[in-house]
Amino acid sequence: MPVNFILITLLALLIFGFILGRARSIKVATEVRNGRYNLHSRPYYYGYMIALWAGIPSLLILLLWTGFDSSIVTSLTASDLPSEIQELSKDERSLVINEIINLAESGKADVNSSEPKLQAAAHYLSLKNISLMAKTVVVFALAILGIIIGLRFVKPEFRARNQVEKIVRWVMIGCASIAILTTFGIVLSVLFESLQFFKSVPFTDFLFGTHWNPQTAIREDQVGGSGSFGAIPLFTGTLLISAIALTIAVPIGLMTAIYLSEYANQAVRSIAKPVLEILAGIPTVVYGFFAALTVAPFIRETGEAIGLHPSSESALAAGVVMGVMIIPFVSSLSDDVISAVPQAMRDGSYGMGATKSETIRQVVIPAALPGIVGGVLLAASRAIGETMIVVMAAGLAANLTANPLEAVTTITVQIVTLLTGDQEFDSPKTLAAFALGLGLFTVTLILNVISLHVVRKYREQYE
Amino acid sequence: MSKQYKNTDTIRAGLKKRYAREKRFQFFGIASIFISFLFLLVLLVNIFSQGYPAFQQTYVKLDVKLDGSVIGVSKDSSPEELFKASYGKLIKNTLKEMFPGVKDRKKKRALKQLVSKSAAYDLRDKIIENPALLGTTQSFWFLAKDDVDVFMKGDIDRTLPEADRRIKDFQLKWIDKLLAENRLEKRFNTTFFTAGDSREPEQAGIKGALIGSLLTMLVTMALSFPIGVLAAIYLEEFAPQNNRWVDIIEININNLAAVPSIVFGLLGLAVFIGFFGVPRSAPLVGGLVLTLMTLPTIIIASRAAIKSVPPSIREAALGLGASKVQTTFGHVVPLAMPGILTGTIIGMAQALGETAPLLMIGMVAFVADVPQGILDPSTVMPVQIYLWSDSPERAFTERTSAAIMVLIAFLVVMNFIAVLLRKKFERKW
Repeated sequence: MPVNFILITLLALLIFGFILGRARSIKVATEVRNGRYNLHSRPYYYGYMIALWAGIPSLLILLLWTGFDSSIVTSLTASDLPSEIQELSKDERSLVINEIINLAESGKADVNSSEPKLQAAAHYLSLKNISLMAKTVVVFALAILGIIIGLRFVKPEFRARNQVEKIVRWVMIGCASIAILTTFGIVLSVLFESLQFFKSVPFTDFLFGTHWNPQTAIREDQVGGSGSFGAIPLFTGTLLISAIALTIAVPIGLMTAIYLSEYANQAVRSIAKPVLEILAGIPTVVYGFFAALTVAPFIRETGEAIGLHPSSESALAAGVVMGVMIIPFVSSLSDDVISAVPQAMRDGSYGMGATKSETIRQVVIPAALPGIVGGVLLAASRAIGETMIVVMAAGLAANLTANPLEAVTTITVQIVTLLTGDQEFDSPKTLAAFALGLGLFTVTLILNVISLHVVRKYREQYE
Repeated sequence: MSKQYKNTDTIRAGLKKRYAREKRFQFFGIASIFISFLFLLVLLVNIFSQGYPAFQQTYVKLDVKLDGSVIGVSKDSSPEELFKASYGKLIKNTLKEMFPGVKDRKKKRALKQLVSKSAAYDLRDKIIENPALLGTTQSFWFLAKDDVDVFMKGDIDRTLPEADRRIKDFQLKWIDKLLAENRLEKRFNTTFFTAGDSREPEQAGIKGALIGSLLTMLVTMALSFPIGVLAAIYLEEFAPQNNRWVDIIEININNLAAVPSIVFGLLGLAVFIGFFGVPRSAPLVGGLVLTLMTLPTIIIASRAAIKSVPPSIREAALGLGASKVQTTFGHVVPLAMPGILTGTIIGMAQALGETAPLLMIGMVAFVADVPQGILDPSTVMPVQIYLWSDSPERAFTERTSAAIMVLIAFLVVMNFIAVLLRKKFERKW
């Protein structure tokens, strides 16, 4: 691959620049006493400086060029197409352009390839080649220019170390800022697509509609209508499954944390903690497989044995397994907050004659309550956003029900089904997934912010 | 009696109850831990018992009469002609000879399905390798069809009524005959580790998914380790205190750690694929998405590791005239490295098991080829597990569990390395 080739050559150039810069700095300096020079910085800093001067602009150009080159070349090819193709509708034109690109890249003509398309393909290829050549030349020219200019600056009094360190600092700031960029990226991408979705489906219909059936007609004349995007059944389904998960995870996780931090001796702890860690480390797809193939049939058979008729994709199966998945999460968060309660409070309670369990229930838990609530909120946000278990074990039927034995569907299940099918990118069906994603992100963000705030406030209280 | 004694009596009377309550409370604690243990045990035993048969595969021995005239080739044919010939015919004829008198169309089809479709390709490869075999009769071991394989592993009960069985009575007779002639054998399933995905369970393997996972992890590692460590160093060592910008970064990192993974998939779909035009289904885009997902884990772990390096180290280095950057990269970071690496490995293990965001960016496509580079369409281990778990065949359920076992083995190894690192290099200051 040419990009690989450019990168490797560039790397060699940079190393060469480093060696040159280092050697040059020693050469321009005068030796003060055995092996020491009157340089401002150590010689290798001059080497780094040259390498950075050569590397930063050329890598930047390489990155930008590679990122934008295919879209620019494609649009250039498109604008040179004959007028009868230009006049086609937007979708048809992009189809033709795709055909041309395929033609150019595979080099194989088939029955569909007419003369203008072949010409366009040849044009596309030549543009690509020009772009590649120009890219190679520009990148190497920049690197060599960087080395030459950098070398002129190498003088004993030049502050190479400060220069290099300034760049290092900016690189670090850039890395730290990626977190902000990511949040921005998430917000912008879901918001942008959601706004497009709300152009075709009114916001209130989405938020308060009680009927979810995203099957839209692909052609105008097709029966099946416009599809309905009322998200209430998804919200209730998500809430039902999360509620089941939390009713299992919170008591068990909390009791586990209490036992481990207050009662257990070192031996028990050294076994129980790794087991919980294993439970936390098992991939969710494994839990999903277990829920769908073992727990769900088990629940159906037991249900039928006692006269109930659970659905084979009942909310209960997904909820129970999800609950077990969250146990380690709840227990480790609660463990932290319970250990943070000062020993003096316990001692005071023992001094009044309370038993250990009375102390825990009436002193430790109330004192740790804000932290525990924070942990439970985090667990709830985890349950709402959990995907694989529900995709594999919960159904697709958007039922509006509170019966845990019936099949329900969740926000995440619908996002996955809407986006994994073969769909064009602009249809309301795929856009609906982004609207659901926006809802999911907003809800979990609110839960996270509240719980992080509560936990932090709580920590400050006892520190 | 004075009032004081009365109080002691009331307390004493209630003591029994209170101690009972204490016992009960402790019991609940033990029970909770026990439930987690039990679940883990059931899960692992369940997957192991379902998955271990997949490491064996049934083979059928057939004495194939390599009659070139049937398929229109001879010893002198060019390799191209040899490649094009339909070797399935030879295998069909062999089976016909072994079980004469099969007339019914349905039964004929069933007869052909004793051996896998791959038998014809195996035969082709062998003949291209040595065209001199044409005209002789050779015995070969071929992959058996998944139904035969499942039967051989005892997962089909022959006492069931015929209608409830995947293998019918007439097929049973064939299998019995093959068994009587020692023509069926179970061997270690090498196909499972050397083949890509396939629609036919007996030909399906995890190599494609393993390589895909490896490439995706390489991309993730190459990006998230340097970025995460540099970000952690900045936040811990260089960032100004009480700076608005730094606060925003910290809040963002903590929030991102709790954002559902599927949302990162949406980001990848809209930004990396939709905006930057990175090829769909490729390990590159998977690695980019997983990088964003694991960054908070790595940053948080690295910060903790850097924080635990005592200030005296920094002061000593600064006192000897090192600059801040020199102190950090020459002394603090090397000392914090074990902790940083542990955090990175744990983050990588998380990323290795992640499925949901990869579904969004098209890594669910059926990919039969083993990917060659980070731009080839590919799938990864957890997604392969998800895909197979959707297939109705019994043989795929078995392979799903086996793939889970392989995945868990990788995770165990990674976590074990992390624990070792922590144990070996952990320092008490």
